[in-house]
Amino acid sequence: MPSEEGANEVNQQDAVPAENKTEVKTSPVKKTKPVKMQLCRVLLLDGTEYEVELDKKAKGQQLFDMICDHLNLLEKDYFGITYRDPQDQKYWLDPLKEIRKQIKDLEEKENVIIPPGGPWVFGFNVKFYPPDPAQLQEDITRYQLSLQIRDDILKGRLPCSFVTHALLGSYIVQSELGDYDPEEHSADYLSEFKFAPNQTKELEEKVMELHKTHKGQTPAEAELHYLENAKKLAMYGVDLHHAKVRQDEKDDSEGVEIMLGVCANGLLIYRDRLRINRFAWPKILKISFKRSNFYIKIRPGEFEQFESTIGFKLPNHRAAKRLWKVCVEHHTFFRLVSPEPPPKSKILFLGSKFRYSGRTQHQTRQISALIDRPAPNFERTLSKRFSSKSMDAAPGYAPYREQNRPDLSKLPPDMSASADAVGAGKLPYADDVPPQGDESQGEKDAEQQRRQKNIHEMKMEFLSQTPQPAPGGWDARTPPKTLSQQKEEKEEHEVAAAVQETVPPVAEPEVNGTETHAAPPEPAAPEELTNKVDDDDEIPNVENAVVDELESQEPPTVEVKTETVKYVASDEAQPEFTSSVPIVKTESKTITYEQNEDGEPDQDPGVLVSAQTVTSETISTTTTTHITKTVKGGVAETRIEKRIVITGDTDIDHDQYMKKDGTLETHMERTTVLTGDSNQDEALADLIKEAADQNPDMTVTKVVVHKEEGEQQVTTNGTGEDD
Amino acid sequence: MAAAFGRYHTAVVRGIPDSVRYDALIQAEQRDYVDVEKARQEHAAYVQALRDLGLKIVELPGAEDLPDCPFVEDCAVVCNGTALVTRPGHSSRRGEVHAVKKVLEEDLGLEVVHMVEDEATMDGGDVLFTGKEFFVGLSNRTNEAGARILAETFPDYSVTTVPIARGLHLKCFCTMAAPDVMAVGEGPEAQRAWQEIRARGDHKYAVLNIPDDGAANCMFVNGTIMHCAADEFPKSAKTFTSARLEYPRVQVPNKELAKVDGSLTCLSLLI
Repeated sequence: MPSEEGANEVNQQDAVPAENKTEVKTSPVKKTKPVKMQLCRVLLLDGTEYEVELDKKAKGQQLFDMICDHLNLLEKDYFGITYRDPQDQKYWLDPLKEIRKQIKDLEEKENVIIPPGGPWVFGFNVKFYPPDPAQLQEDITRYQLSLQIRDDILKGRLPCSFVTHALLGSYIVQSELGDYDPEEHSADYLSEFKFAPNQTKELEEKVMELHKTHKGQTPAEAELHYLENAKKLAMYGVDLHHAKVRQDEKDDSEGVEIMLGVCANGLLIYRDRLRINRFAWPKILKISFKRSNFYIKIRPGEFEQFESTIGFKLPNHRAAKRLWKVCVEHHTFFRLVSPEPPPKSKILFLGSKFRYSGRTQHQTRQISALIDRPAPNFERTLSKRFSSKSMDAAPGYAPYREQNRPDLSKLPPDMSASADAVGAGKLPYADDVPPQGDESQGEKDAEQQRRQKNIHEMKMEFLSQTPQPAPGGWDARTPPKTLSQQKEEKEEHEVAAAVQETVPPVAEPEVNGTETHAAPPEPAAPEELTNKVDDDDEIPNVENAVVDELESQEPPTVEVKTETVKYVASDEAQPEFTSSVPIVKTESKTITYEQNEDGEPDQDPGVLVSAQTVTSETISTTTTTHITKTVKGGVAETRIEKRIVITGDTDIDHDQYMKKDGTLETHMERTTVLTGDSNQDEALADLIKEAADQNPDMTVTKVVVHKEEGEQQVTTNGTGEDD
Repeated sequence: MAAAFGRYHTAVVRGIPDSVRYDALIQAEQRDYVDVEKARQEHAAYVQALRDLGLKIVELPGAEDLPDCPFVEDCAVVCNGTALVTRPGHSSRRGEVHAVKKVLEEDLGLEVVHMVEDEATMDGGDVLFTGKEFFVGLSNRTNEAGARILAETFPDYSVTTVPIARGLHLKCFCTMAAPDVMAVGEGPEAQRAWQEIRARGDHKYAVLNIPDDGAANCMFVNGTIMHCAADEFPKSAKTFTSARLEYPRVQVPNKELAKVDGSLTCLSLLI
């Protein structure tokens, strides 16, 4: 069987879901020799196993798409593929990377044992629990979600009271068996069902009692009631991580055991079962990790002046990174309109470039609203697996054809007011498509395929749209990535600066009209650094500066998104990069001006017109932003440089950095050049020196001035300075 | 589970012993003596108000050796058919729970969990259930161990602790006036607690600011707001009556037992 990797085209007419349809954009493989295949086994939520053979080099997305095709699931973005280790620790498969590499990674880093030569075994699970399941477009999606929740409950991940177990159980029974029928349903008709980790006869009796009250509900309705109740549970959609709160700055201090929970609304902190704190996403300015510590920077409260940073100690570095990734993904999915593009090539980009690569909830809702197929037929048979009885459906209960979506007017109003809903507003619902009972089966299939093809095309089109560049193309001129590896030590993710968050500020209603206690409105994030277009991998042309966007740019503030990159400022590492990039050296606190990019000795420096420096600090980093405007040879140039220095220890799984006495100094630099007028005159060197003095760990690098073409005349009254 | 907030069918109350006059616990330095007869009249009016709202009344006899026994709220937390019988923070009150536990378990058929852990303490007056989550005031009477047991007993809901520096109980100055509406006193401690609730709670609530802290203790019962009397708290009563809420309001006198820090919610367990 020839490999289909890379060969499938988007509008392949004969592509049927069961085939290996892939959306992965890989370059076509030269078919000169047979491709090695690997057996994958996926444990689905209904307990069945799905086996498929994949190209050994297949990426996660390929397997994921096949599973979703098999499940006939279109609203895929809420789900993901997992690997679970014997301790029930969950690892999500990255769709963009090769499965094989990730498995190898797991084996090495997490001491996970995968039997050699055996099948790769995975799970298919809900990754993002929708706060409002009623808004999912299709019942089949809700079905998969409810299967996941049932497993969560049985495994103890979603604690419930007795009453809740009974109520949820009664909806399951209604959806699987239909109306209660005293003739059909004997005294122990529920014995094959599992409702709770510790099921008692008393619970089964309560379930039966409640089951009787659901007469008339269709399976889809019962399932929706199930989800409407499940979503209110305190631990619904909360991804828990063990941690310790650092009592003080010393890393080795004993901390208090806590749990960190990541959910759609933000970060929750528990001690035992008590919620001791909660940070909604809008309140979190930055999340980062360093070694085995996880940090969040919190916006100052109403009566506070400064931001605060809270640190947590995770069991190890990988756990910290895993937690960080989960936060990034959840924040992106639930809060942003579109995902941030991964940071593109910088020199020496050694921090994590991880960004959530899928669609956000906002996007998936838009896409899902376009789903226009008759509701897929499927059977709910989970509970029957537990039974030794016949697998036939109970007589009198026949699978039925549903409308495209449930009649939501029958449902109780949504009670949960807590979700900071992304302001997606009303979704345009597709028109109901009546079942086409009179067409032949063949026509129906063709129709189905055409619809799916259309949806697929729409999806591709949607996905190919790049987000509008925010003013301030900070990265537009960054040098290309010259490192192919992405070894990650620490990473920061500036959460608050996501430009396209659409959540409006919420004010609490004041009932007696005399005072208001409005919640602090979310600040308009500085526009310049997020969701920018970053779509070229080629060496940026100095002359092609994205000028206009930066004209009006204000100096970045501390809230500006930052990237932390690990970089070894070693002489050995440098020559690789100096050809394309401003030089970064750690030799001394010297500031010089250079004319060209390639590190040639100083030439006649330009006239410094103005300079500005803004410095911000975190526990482990110092960010210094310099904006300089110079004039040279009649050409006015403004350069914005951002330098972030992080000091810290290395971790053993780092293998490519130069270590200086076990510590590591890292720099990251982004530069953008633009032209502009300025009459200001500031001593850049002084500013830098001052910043350097304040931060002994900071290393000053060279400031490089680029020549610009197509420029304007600038009047200058500044004096250049070099140190 | 999906019962609407504030719907009850039964109230457990307890008679007032004579000993309340001299021996009931007080926060104040000077004792303002309770007129026991008047207190009983007010109590009867309170019970009648509950009866008028459709509740069945289960009345326990007062016990002379338990002067604070009318404040049954502190003995248990009832939610969705489960009752957590507490270990009251003040040792003199520990004996109150036995009769309450008995009636909850035997007469009312509730699932009863008894807080027996030695280090755990809880007064029900510190536990605010909003319909969607719990807030537990950590006060002189309620500690974290107690809050933890509450969280284990009611796993459906998130339980958030609120430190209380001054004042007796969280609900002395912060209660639910209506679904998603919190009555909060205007005093500094009350407002501080409200900020905590706002910041750390899971859900959003509207706030009804009440001039007198003590008057912020009100009850939302079967669609009606029971609140303080105008002659006791004129300003606050006016705030209640003029608040833009769609529910009818009923004033309930509580002058006497207020002298021993008893407020409206203290006097009943609503099931």
